[in-house]
Amino acid sequence: MVDYFIPTTLIDTLEFINNNEAKIISGATDLMVQRKKGAEITPYFTKKPVFVFNIKELNFIKESYEHIHIGACTPVSDLLNHKGTPSLLRKSIEVMASPALRNLATLPGNIINASPAGDTLPILYILDASVKIETLNSNRIVKVKDVITGPRRTILNSNEMITEVIVPKEEFTKSDFVKVGGRKADAISKISFTYAVKIKENKIIDLRLAFGAVGPVIIRKEELEEKYTNIELSKFKELKQEIINDYRQYITPINDQRSNKEYRKKVALNLLGDFIDTL
Amino acid sequence: MSKITFILNNKVVSTTQHPTVRLIDVLREEFDYTGVKEGCGEGECGACSVLLNDRLVNSCLVPLGTVHDQKIMTIEGLSETPQGKLLIESYSKEGAVQCGFCTPGMLMASHSLLNEIPNPTDLEIKIGLSGNLCRCTGYNMIVNAVRRASKEGVGLW
Repeated sequence: MVDYFIPTTLIDTLEFINNNEAKIISGATDLMVQRKKGAEITPYFTKKPVFVFNIKELNFIKESYEHIHIGACTPVSDLLNHKGTPSLLRKSIEVMASPALRNLATLPGNIINASPAGDTLPILYILDASVKIETLNSNRIVKVKDVITGPRRTILNSNEMITEVIVPKEEFTKSDFVKVGGRKADAISKISFTYAVKIKENKIIDLRLAFGAVGPVIIRKEELEEKYTNIELSKFKELKQEIINDYRQYITPINDQRSNKEYRKKVALNLLGDFIDTL
Repeated sequence: MSKITFILNNKVVSTTQHPTVRLIDVLREEFDYTGVKEGCGEGECGACSVLLNDRLVNSCLVPLGTVHDQKIMTIEGLSETPQGKLLIESYSKEGAVQCGFCTPGMLMASHSLLNEIPNPTDLEIKIGLSGNLCRCTGYNMIVNAVRRASKEGVGLW
């Protein structure tokens, strides 16, 4: 009986996951910790593991005029070394884990793991990134925010695989990513916050905000972003308290070993206020 | 039982262990490369650092299936190379080794950093070693050792 598979091509992978109850393993940095039992004890997978990390055709960074296309098995450290990587995405990768982790971690891994604390997720949400999801005989393009439905939950079917991440290239007047963690390296976020804004003639013409680790999924509220778009910068600053109040109801963190919900909520809203003050 | 084959410290080796077994366990228990240390077992301490295709990884997070047909180097392999020898000398001259548990991982991370940036700034050294914990030295001597290796090893990396 074949109880695992180490493919060298995408087509072999898609065929295997089509015909077997399989678990795709790429960089494994999350999976090996989640399945860990202890030293010298083999991590246990209930489905047949498929080791895809070294599939060459899924390791690429390509650029078109409007997008950057990232192969599913491209380690995120390659994005740090790539000139055309969007600066926000680069920022989130720089504070993600450690150099050794970044040599294994992949964007689809961050997406499929679907942790609300995933470092690249708030960025992929506000950049309107998509993924290409393939099966043996079909493919579809879905926005990252529509892939994740809850903590550790995604829309992917068992015969599907993310093969590519597609990030639009856009220039913003101002953008940043802030991560609050216990240590500079190798920390899982307690709270993260990101923004990207376009300002033209003192008017906000594009506003995007997202929070990580303060709800079951990344918090991005497009209806609120729209509400505060097309207004003068000075007016926007005057509306600070109203904006914070609008967001307050959506910030619903939990207590866990990293932090507690009161601290998370307060700091998340402080980060929002700080962004408005310093814009 | 099918075999997993890979290049370990420049030699072709194979094992019949299951591909979800952690690389660190195979390296230590089957191939006796006990320079690879287990600290945290979850990618936070860097004591188990090895090179996978010349790039730094934590061997406690790598399932054996990922290394099939790939290249692995441990501290035992690195210490045979001119770069490894110079790093070991620099670490001892700077007093960068105390209890020694983190040292193999630190040396792997130092080598990997110098491969990428042959002449790093102090900040770049700290970022390069940011995934490796040391509870003895306070890190200053380790940073000094990497700086020394980079100066004395011009052309090696």
